[in-house]
Amino acid sequence: MINSSLKQLGAMLQTKQVSSTELTQAFLQRIDQHNPEINAYITIEAERSLAQAKAADARIAAGNAAPLTGIPIAQKDIFVANGWKTTCGSKMLDNFIGPYDATVIKLFDDAGAVNLGKTNMDEFAMGSSNETSYYGKVQNPWDRTRVPGGSSGGSAAAVAARLCAAATGTDTGGSIRQPASLCGLSGLKPTYGLVSRYGMIAFASSLDQAGPMAKSCEDMALMMNVMTGFDERDSTSLQRDKENYERELGKPLQGLRVGLPKEFFAEGLSSEVAAVVESAIAEYRKLGAEIVEISLPNTQLSIPVYYVLAPAEASSNLSRFDGVRYGHRAAEYDDLLDMYCKSRAEGFGAEVKRRILIGTYVLSAGYYDAYYLKAQQIRRLIAEDFAKAFTQCDVIMGPTAPGTAFRSGEKANDPVSMYLEDLYTIAVNLAGLPGMSIPAGFASVDGKQLPVGLQVIGNYFDEARMLNVGHAYQQVTDWHTRMPEGL
Amino acid sequence: MSLSSSDVKRIAHLARIEVSDEEAEATLQKLSGILGLIEQMQAVDTAGIVPMSHSQDVVQRLRADVVTETNQRATFQAIAPAVEEGLYLVPKVIE
Repeated sequence: MINSSLKQLGAMLQTKQVSSTELTQAFLQRIDQHNPEINAYITIEAERSLAQAKAADARIAAGNAAPLTGIPIAQKDIFVANGWKTTCGSKMLDNFIGPYDATVIKLFDDAGAVNLGKTNMDEFAMGSSNETSYYGKVQNPWDRTRVPGGSSGGSAAAVAARLCAAATGTDTGGSIRQPASLCGLSGLKPTYGLVSRYGMIAFASSLDQAGPMAKSCEDMALMMNVMTGFDERDSTSLQRDKENYERELGKPLQGLRVGLPKEFFAEGLSSEVAAVVESAIAEYRKLGAEIVEISLPNTQLSIPVYYVLAPAEASSNLSRFDGVRYGHRAAEYDDLLDMYCKSRAEGFGAEVKRRILIGTYVLSAGYYDAYYLKAQQIRRLIAEDFAKAFTQCDVIMGPTAPGTAFRSGEKANDPVSMYLEDLYTIAVNLAGLPGMSIPAGFASVDGKQLPVGLQVIGNYFDEARMLNVGHAYQQVTDWHTRMPEGL
Repeated sequence: MSLSSSDVKRIAHLARIEVSDEEAEATLQKLSGILGLIEQMQAVDTAGIVPMSHSQDVVQRLRADVVTETNQRATFQAIAPAVEEGLYLVPKVIE
């Protein structure tokens, strides 16, 4: 049951082979057993989840079930959920009980899905290893001494360890795709503006986008059908008709033009990852794809551009945490200014503070043109690289991350080396394009088999085709069905 | 661009985050590494390039100027650090 696809689970629920209550209890039991070590969840509220499961069972009995009705889904702790503790991985929000529902939460609730719990994450989604969480690091289920990636590391570990049927994540610079790669699952960051950001605690508003993290592309298509759609509560939400993301599944890939950016296979890519990615591309050739070499010449610049834009937007977004209306307030202070400074010094962790300081610096008087404006100009160059590439190919493929999961602590003291983890993913956020990571095989590292992800980048609004590109590969390979040992 | 530890303290003050002298010193090294990374941008000629703030060509939506939200003061104040009679309490700011 824990390995079943969302469609299979839906069918089992429909035919009463299992109830949502039983399914939810089964996952809660697995969480009880494995979460103390893996630490994928910050908050579990069994009673709430089971109440939702009971309601789902009634809905199924009444014949009103939607495709995800009764299925337990884990929610990244960045989504505010009414009545649920919502921390964003920070001490700042340790006492924060959500007073309303994020749109993503509401959409899953309306679909009848069960909220199984809130997953661990890097503090305010700032990190690539899940080590900046106030609630402790998350173990990679494939090797417990290694990181799951980040920032959606808890969601990735929960899916990989089968502690949920599927999960949500958010991706500002790679936070869905990189952990999906490091934990051996499928993750999709949609086109910017497709999924509402209402109630999703903001990091860098022009880059943040929520998406599904699941065992397969078919599962992700079902979740996309629920998550996407115009929302008037998000000023950047795109006014578009609802799409059916399953519509392309099963179509042949004959004649698909796959672009390989030569910059993604250059210095910095580990040889183990390169070998796995190349064998996946050979598989696509067999499926009828035509491989073309392309160039994204400004790839290297995406990291400096990101580390201006994202901290600048974060420093502005995180100014709301002032200890006045909600969140942490210092116990002792002299006056109002001191209360702000002490509350923020105590509530934020080191990486969050660093990014706020970088953002404050690049936005401070006299530096705007040299940093923020310059970064936005180069951002256009990066987007134009992709526009040019998509005249030569239908999808772009390459590695998701430069290496496999690294050891806990290995990069924790060197922010710059941690930032390079996102070399292949960040440009996609800057351009606002959809990007996906799917399991492409394993690399043998120190006697352990560690998952490797293949990144698929599509043109704007091309998610349905991308999901089929992943689905076709998952019909002829079984990497996505593999499970870590001991679980 | 190189920073000094007093620059770090000045920026931290602008960001309303208290830092001790030791923290400023430790932060300085890490910030310098990050700023070094950012400096790579300066080698690019960006003359005449229009800055990009959004990937899609979208315009700000407008709506009628009417009240759409219900009063949720009690709900929101239930999670506030300190409130009294519907007001948020802060240290005295007017002598």
